[in-house]
Amino acid sequence: MTALLSATGLSISGRLEQTSLTVDGGQLVGLIGPNGSGKTSLLHALAGIPPAIGEVFIDGRVPRSLPPAVRQQLFTFLPASRDVAWPLTAKHFIELALPPDSDWTALSERLELGGLLDRRMDRLSTGERTRVMIARALAPDPNLLLLDEPIANLDPYWQIVMFEELRNRARSSRRSVVMAIHDLRAALEWSDRLLLMNNGRICADASPAELRISGRIEEIFRVSLDWPAAIVSADPRSSP
Amino acid sequence: MTRAFLLLALACAFLLSLAVPWISLPSDLAWSVLVELRLPRAMLAVTYGAALGACGAAVQTIFANPLASPDLTGTTSGAALGAVIAAYLLEFASPFALSLGSVAGAMAALGLLLALAGPRAETSTLLLAGLAISALAGALTTLALALAPSPFAFYDAYEWLMGSLVDRSLSQSLFALVPTLACIAVLMTQVRALDSLALGEETAQAIGYDIRRLRLVIIAVTAIAVGACVAVCGAIGFIGLVAPIFARRLTGGRPGSAILPAALIGGVLLLAADLVVRLAPLGRTLPIGVATAVLGAPFFLWLVTHMRWKLSR
Repeated sequence: MTALLSATGLSISGRLEQTSLTVDGGQLVGLIGPNGSGKTSLLHALAGIPPAIGEVFIDGRVPRSLPPAVRQQLFTFLPASRDVAWPLTAKHFIELALPPDSDWTALSERLELGGLLDRRMDRLSTGERTRVMIARALAPDPNLLLLDEPIANLDPYWQIVMFEELRNRARSSRRSVVMAIHDLRAALEWSDRLLLMNNGRICADASPAELRISGRIEEIFRVSLDWPAAIVSADPRSSP
Repeated sequence: MTRAFLLLALACAFLLSLAVPWISLPSDLAWSVLVELRLPRAMLAVTYGAALGACGAAVQTIFANPLASPDLTGTTSGAALGAVIAAYLLEFASPFALSLGSVAGAMAALGLLLALAGPRAETSTLLLAGLAISALAGALTTLALALAPSPFAFYDAYEWLMGSLVDRSLSQSLFALVPTLACIAVLMTQVRALDSLALGEETAQAIGYDIRRLRLVIIAVTAIAVGACVAVCGAIGFIGLVAPIFARRLTGGRPGSAILPAALIGGVLLLAADLVVRLAPLGRTLPIGVATAVLGAPFFLWLVTHMRWKLSR
């Protein structure tokens, strides 16, 4: 069986070093690491955003060679920034790059977007904008979701709703989610698999339980996983 | 529906431009007035207005800024400088040579813009570089005028710089029309890419659009269309700023889809401005560039105040 996502030699000068990655269908993959560790750069490289180089195959196809409409059925990308360039309504924002006959009413109901759709994006709160932006990424029903900080700015209720939405999608053998996430507790609780990044490389790839036991998270992040979190003394630069 | 309405408005304004002011003349003379005076004037108003509207919409989209326009990227000033150099220093006076000089000036402004700001520059850097180029081109144009070979040449150039649609021939209007139509056709092929920029640059790139290439195409096309129009009619401002703002209200805010409506609105606005200029009881015909500036500057000030008010909320 071919992997849903297969990437080799991903590199961005000074930010991401020769990284390779394989993701099977049905996985919710959490990408964790300290600030500047390369999480966003890896997502950019997977999404083919310049200046990244490397080979990416999604569902056996090279996204770079496909037209935008087909490419969106293969994968969509949620950027970390919630800023909007133009004051579109939420409805127009979601529909902007969708084929005209797309039906996303069920998605809109699940994410309770009804009251937001006719409002301008620049007049929504950051959390509301995040919900609309995630809906835009989900609407083309892609095989792979690449999400940069999907729960940032969401209140606890919406964090759970979004994770359940993502987990439900990742139950299918032809659907997966790769998400960069700063909230370690949420990453450990919701991910099927965690990639720990440091200094532009993946330095650990394991299930949440294995990674928790290994002590690598405390070593790289320099904090304990207990509540309340406390700073520990490891130096992240010394880790490979 | 919206496009049909705009097309109808453009057709009405065009016919009005041919007919107003109504004067009773013998049929052969009336025909000459219509074909040799009013038709080129109306065609140029539509062409220049459409070029400014469409290019303004595209430039505002790639800079993600509703205040951007060909004026602000230095394109208009560069085109004016190129045409002045071609006409009064190199003593080329044919429309083709003027067009070449103007497009070359606009392209030079573009090259300088890219050299100053770099191909991946932030929007603010690009706009600042555009302003610097406008100032430089303006100063060099004044210098070129000061070096004009005669007072008559100086006066001709000065009047042309203020922007005018008067006394242009049918062949001159074709010099502006053909490149403008070609450029609008190219812009229409980029509508989806420009629309996707409303989702943010990173998202547009992930969808599969080459934003760096798109930016270069838009700036080059703008240079050619605006350069060709400036060569024939001189510098006319504010249409490229105003038309896209109205157009986006008709497209649900989608910036790329606003290109064609902006072209149509630009044509209507310039035809209307030309009618105002013709009918104003001032004893002489005002240059249309002055009229668009007088009408457009208050709108620009309102826009700046409105944006500042929104930012401070």
